[in-house]
Amino acid sequence: MSAELFLFWLMGAVTVASAVMVISAKNPVHSVLFLILCFFNAAGLFVLIGAEFLAMVLVVVYVGAVAVLFMFVVMMLDINFVRLREGFIEYLPVGALVGLVLLAELVLVAGTWAMREPTTPAAPALAEAVDNTRALGRLLYTEHFLVFQIAGLVLLVAIVGAIALTLRERVGVKRQDVARQVHRRPSETLVLERVEPGKGV
Amino acid sequence: MATLDKVARTILWQELIKGFALTFRYMFKRKVTLNYPYERGPLSPRFRGEHALRRYPNGEERCIACKLCEAICPAQAITIESEPRADGSRRTTRYDIDMTKCIYCGFCEEACPVDAIVEGPNDAFAAETRAELFYTKEKLLANGERWEREIAANLERDAPYR
Amino acid sequence: MGELFTSTIWPLTVLVFQILAIVVPLLLAVAYLTYAERKVIAAMQLRQGPMVVGPYGLLQPLADGLKLFVKETVIPTGANKVVFVLAPMVTFILALIGWAVIPFGDGIVLADINVGVLYLFAVSSLGVYGIIMAGWASNSRYAFLGALRSSAQMVSYEIAIGLIIISVLISAGSLNLSAIVRAQAEQGWYVFWHFPMFMIFLVSILAETNRHPFDLPEDESSLVTGYNVEYSSMTFALFFLGEYANMILMSAIASVLFLGGWLPPFDVWPFTWIPGPLWLILKICLVLFVFIWARATLPRYRYDQLMRLGWKVLLPLSLAWVVLTAGVVLAFDLAPSAAG
Repeated sequence: MSAELFLFWLMGAVTVASAVMVISAKNPVHSVLFLILCFFNAAGLFVLIGAEFLAMVLVVVYVGAVAVLFMFVVMMLDINFVRLREGFIEYLPVGALVGLVLLAELVLVAGTWAMREPTTPAAPALAEAVDNTRALGRLLYTEHFLVFQIAGLVLLVAIVGAIALTLRERVGVKRQDVARQVHRRPSETLVLERVEPGKGV
Repeated sequence: MATLDKVARTILWQELIKGFALTFRYMFKRKVTLNYPYERGPLSPRFRGEHALRRYPNGEERCIACKLCEAICPAQAITIESEPRADGSRRTTRYDIDMTKCIYCGFCEEACPVDAIVEGPNDAFAAETRAELFYTKEKLLANGERWEREIAANLERDAPYR
Repeated sequence: MGELFTSTIWPLTVLVFQILAIVVPLLLAVAYLTYAERKVIAAMQLRQGPMVVGPYGLLQPLADGLKLFVKETVIPTGANKVVFVLAPMVTFILALIGWAVIPFGDGIVLADINVGVLYLFAVSSLGVYGIIMAGWASNSRYAFLGALRSSAQMVSYEIAIGLIIISVLISAGSLNLSAIVRAQAEQGWYVFWHFPMFMIFLVSILAETNRHPFDLPEDESSLVTGYNVEYSSMTFALFFLGEYANMILMSAIASVLFLGGWLPPFDVWPFTWIPGPLWLILKICLVLFVFIWARATLPRYRYDQLMRLGWKVLLPLSLAWVVLTAGVVLAFDLAPSAAG
C-alpha cells in the first residue's frame, strides 16, 4: 500500500468519523470542534488529489473564519440539554422524512452524475507546468467570469443588508473623534500664565 | 496650511515616530537601577537596621542594665532582667528584643547612656521562622561583634551632629 | 528490505532530522527571545533586567523553563478536560508547522509548496483555535473573555493581512515563498515598493500575535492574563512558547514577503559573503526588535479603538493598495512572467 493510499484512507476515515461525531456529540462545542476536524481532513484530501489551492482556501475560509464565528455563537449559547431533547420522539417522523428525502436526492444526483456521459467540454487542457492556482484563476476569470461576478455581487448585497439591518442612528450619543483628539496641539488649548502671589488669575 | 500640516502629521506618523525615537534613545542611557545583591546604594550613618549590643574595647559589656531602652520602647519590644554580677557591677541577665514587634524608631539607641544598644547598618536579617526573630542577649552581643567596625565608624561619622 | 529502506525509511529519517534542525533552534530562539525581550525593555526603562542566573542573566530562560517544567499541572474541576489539555498543544503545534514552508536560503526549505503563502495564512488563521479552546474549556470568566477578545481581534486583522499579502502576490506573480524572494531579487525588495503595506503588516502582525499594544486578550489589568489564567506548568509553557514562536514566525513572514528573505541588502562583496540563512535570521531579529520596541513604547489600545483601527483604517487602506497595485501592474504591463 503506497503512502498516498494510506493517507487517503486515513483522512477519509477521519473525515467520515468526525462528520458523524458532529451530529452525535452531546456538547455543541464539541460538535463544532469535530466539524473543524472534518474540514481539516477534507483539506487534506484536496491536497492528495493535487488541489492545494482549494485545500488552503478551505482551511483559511471555513476553518479560519467561518468556524470561528460558529464557535463564537455556540460557546455563547446557554444550552439546556434536557430541554433540547424533549421533543425528540415527537419530531422524529418529520425529521426522518426530511432526512430520507435528502438522501434520495443525493443518491439521484450522484447516480446521474456517475452514469452521465461527459457532455460539457472538460476544462481546457492545461500544460503540466501550470499549477492549479493559475488554472483555477484562468477558469474563473474567463469561462465563469459572469457567475463569479454575480457571486461577488450577492456577497456585497449580503454585506450591505447586514449593515442596514444592524445600523441604527441614535441621537445625542457622544462619539470619540480620534482624528480630532490626535490633532489637538498644546498650543491650541494650553496657556501658561505666571500668576503673581495673592493676585489670582 | 493647517490642514496640510495635520495631514502630513498623520501620514508621516509623527506621534509614533516621536514615541519610538524616545524609547530608542533611552535604550542607550545609563541604567538607574543597581545590580542589587552585588551592588548597593549608599547608606546613611544614621540608618536604623538590625540591633546590636556593643562591648568596650577591653571586652567588657557596655550595657549597665539601666532599662532606659526598655522604658522608652514604644512597641515594648525590649525585655530586660538584671542582677548584680559577682564583682558587684550591675549587668543584665536577660536582654531580649522581639524583632517582630520592633518598629525601628531608634529610641533605644537614643536613650542609651553608654552607647550599648545600637541599630546597625544591617538590613538583611530576614529569617525563615518566627522564633529566629526573638533576639536574645547572646544574639545581640554576637551582632555587636560582627558589626562593631561599621557601627563604630558610623557613630564617629555622626558624632559632629549630635 | 533494502528497497523499503531506500524508498521509505531513509527519506523519513532525513525528514525527521530536517524537522529537528528547524524545531530545536527555534525553541532555543524562543527561549532567548524572552530573554532579549526582558533585556531590551529593561534597557528602555533604564533597568538592568535579568542579571542573577548566569553571566548577565544569560541562563535565565533555562531557569524559567525548568521552573515551569517541575511545577504541577493543575486541571480545574469545572474544566472540559480533553479540550483543556488539547488547547495548548494546538497553539504550540500551529506555531511550529508554519516553519515548514519558510525558505531559509535559495532551495533551503523543508517543503517548497506552490501555495506557501496561503499555507502560512491558513496556519496563522488557525492560531485562534488554541486560544478559543483554552478560553472555553477553562470554564472561567476571565479566560472566556480573553478568548472572545482574541478571536474577534485575530479574525479582524487577518483580513488586512490577507489583502496585504495579495498586493505582494500581484507583484511577485506566485504563491510560492521562494519564488516571491526570487522576484524581489529582480524587482527590489517589496519594502520599498509596498512601504505603506509593510507598516500596516507590522501593525497587523502585532494584533495577530496578541502582542502589545494589542494584547487585550491577555490584558493583565482587566483580565488577569486572559485565556491562560487557568493554565499552569507545562500547559502554560506551551502557550508561552507558542506565542513567542508565533512572533518569530510572523517576523519570518514579514522578512520573506517584504525584506527580501535570504537576499543580502546590496549585491556586493562584503554582503554577498554572508550566507543567505544568516541574512534571514538578521532580518527576523530586526522585526522581532520592533515587536519588543513597540511593547516598551506604546500603551494598550482600548478594544473599540482596536476594532476601529482594523476595520475602518487598515482594511480600506490595504484594499485600496491592492487595487492600486493591480492597476499599476496592469497599466504598465509589469505582470511577472507566468513562471511559477
